[in-house]
Amino acid sequence: MKNLEDLEKFINSELTSKINYSFIKHDNIYLNIDHDELIDVISFLKTNKETKFRQLIEITAVDYPESEYRFKMVYLLLSHEHNKRVIIDYSIKENDIISSITSLFPSANWMEREVFDMYGLNFKNHPDLRRILTDYGFEGHPLRKDFPLTGHNEVRYSEEEKKVIYEPVKLEQNYRNFDYESPWEGTKYIKEIKKSDG
Amino acid sequence: MAKEKKTLNLNFGPQHPAAHGVLRLILQLDGEVVEKADPHIGLLHRGTEKLIENKTYTQAVPYFDRLDYVAPMNQEHAFALAIEKILKIEVPARAKYIRVIFCEIGRILSHILNVTTQAMDVGALTPTLWGFEEREKLMGFYERVSGSRLHANYFRAGGVHKDLPSGLDNDIDEFCDKFPKIIDDLETLLTDNRIFKQRNVDIGIVSKQDALDYSFSGVMLRGSGVAWDLRRSQPYDCYNDLQFKIPVGKNGDCYDRYLCRIEEMRESVKIIKQCLQNLPKGPIKTNDGKISPPPKKDIKESMEALIHHFKLFTEGYRVEKDEIYMAVEAPKGEFGVYLISDGSSKPYKCKIRAPGFTHLQAMDYLIKGHMLADVPAVLGSMDIVFGEVDR
Repeated sequence: MKNLEDLEKFINSELTSKINYSFIKHDNIYLNIDHDELIDVISFLKTNKETKFRQLIEITAVDYPESEYRFKMVYLLLSHEHNKRVIIDYSIKENDIISSITSLFPSANWMEREVFDMYGLNFKNHPDLRRILTDYGFEGHPLRKDFPLTGHNEVRYSEEEKKVIYEPVKLEQNYRNFDYESPWEGTKYIKEIKKSDG
Repeated sequence: MAKEKKTLNLNFGPQHPAAHGVLRLILQLDGEVVEKADPHIGLLHRGTEKLIENKTYTQAVPYFDRLDYVAPMNQEHAFALAIEKILKIEVPARAKYIRVIFCEIGRILSHILNVTTQAMDVGALTPTLWGFEEREKLMGFYERVSGSRLHANYFRAGGVHKDLPSGLDNDIDEFCDKFPKIIDDLETLLTDNRIFKQRNVDIGIVSKQDALDYSFSGVMLRGSGVAWDLRRSQPYDCYNDLQFKIPVGKNGDCYDRYLCRIEEMRESVKIIKQCLQNLPKGPIKTNDGKISPPPKKDIKESMEALIHHFKLFTEGYRVEKDEIYMAVEAPKGEFGVYLISDGSSKPYKCKIRAPGFTHLQAMDYLIKGHMLADVPAVLGSMDIVFGEVDR
């Protein structure tokens, strides 16, 4: 497989209905698949001699709180032999359970643990699904869009109790998120008038 | 009579000099033999990805310095390249060369630190003292160009922040003349050293297949005999125009990885030399006023420049809706940025792919059956920096 277009056509012709749509952008192949087809698609891409995507680069999720399918799972694979990358994604709901790909790639272990930790998505057949980056006993999933940037708890050493204690975040000054796109309050009023005109 | 087997659980770290940072490694020992290793990471987790989602693209750059803080500019490079690819910015030739020079300086910085501290972990003190003197000089170059020894914040989408100050290119050139001698000196201390070899040869062997399965990259992959380097296979900036070799190991043990790093430093010196010889003249960042700020002089005279300046440092530039993965060959392996932009001036999602994360994950596989004393050697040869593992 010399070029990306041929490779994309080949993948499409072999996997046919398993792929919803595919396109080429930034020298990568993007594949959108069905949630249930994950294991089939990845094991095909890994083992087929025309594709040979034998290295898993990253697994991550993206949060779209407004969407019905709230999360998008993303898998990045690399083929050394053909020097190509593929980006596989599919959408899931918050409570859907994802099949773990640790049986195909041992390195998926920590990546899936990170997704579990950061987004609270559950994996089945994962050997060791624990939190990874956050503190022991942490609550919540930090990379969800509804998790506050400043978090819920802060840690300090208490001189009275002679130990490290957790307490709710108290900030002298809150994180300020300026809206530079409409810095004047007046614009909102003007916009409303314009709306009624149009 | 069958004796009941008793295993010992040992906490290695989080405050252990050979843990290279805040790693808590829970080892299950049978006598001196490690049966299981369970790394607990996240003690340095700062929520970089969350913070980046709340900052403009320009404000996000300094967070990349704080990932792998031994080679800061290599990380910035991946982020800058990702934005440039989305916005289709043409980067001036001089900027490309300057960026490559500083990426290779970063590579030397990181490899010196790794080689010498690995030697210290197995009992040699002198290489650290010699190596750190050189690191000091290199960080001096960082400081002269960016104003800061570590957290440079120097690369921008579209080029670099400022041009090289006068005389810096000569000083880097002079350093490149002298540095190979220092590498030779380090090698006389280590390469044929009996103790160093006893501690590293045939320790932590990774086969080719396992290196692929465990998502290894960089020296961890090349040490096992896979000739794969993103600078060669997916060249970015001006790596296409440069001549350099890619050292590859044979056995995939700690010693081969050490040899690879030593050779890579020599290649980096050659790359810097070539860049300095061919350093083109011209601008150092794109002249698109919507992306790079105008020179101070223009702000005083031109209304348009003033508006651009104001908009860039309040709202920031906007990046059209897109999704991209961009990777560079950082000293430790493939460092990638998976960026989702939504048309605003802040990234919607910025996933950082750190090489150390996948390397550390293989700790259990690498150390099983080895002695407790091999733990620092294996850990050292993996080149772990917690800034990037924990993010």
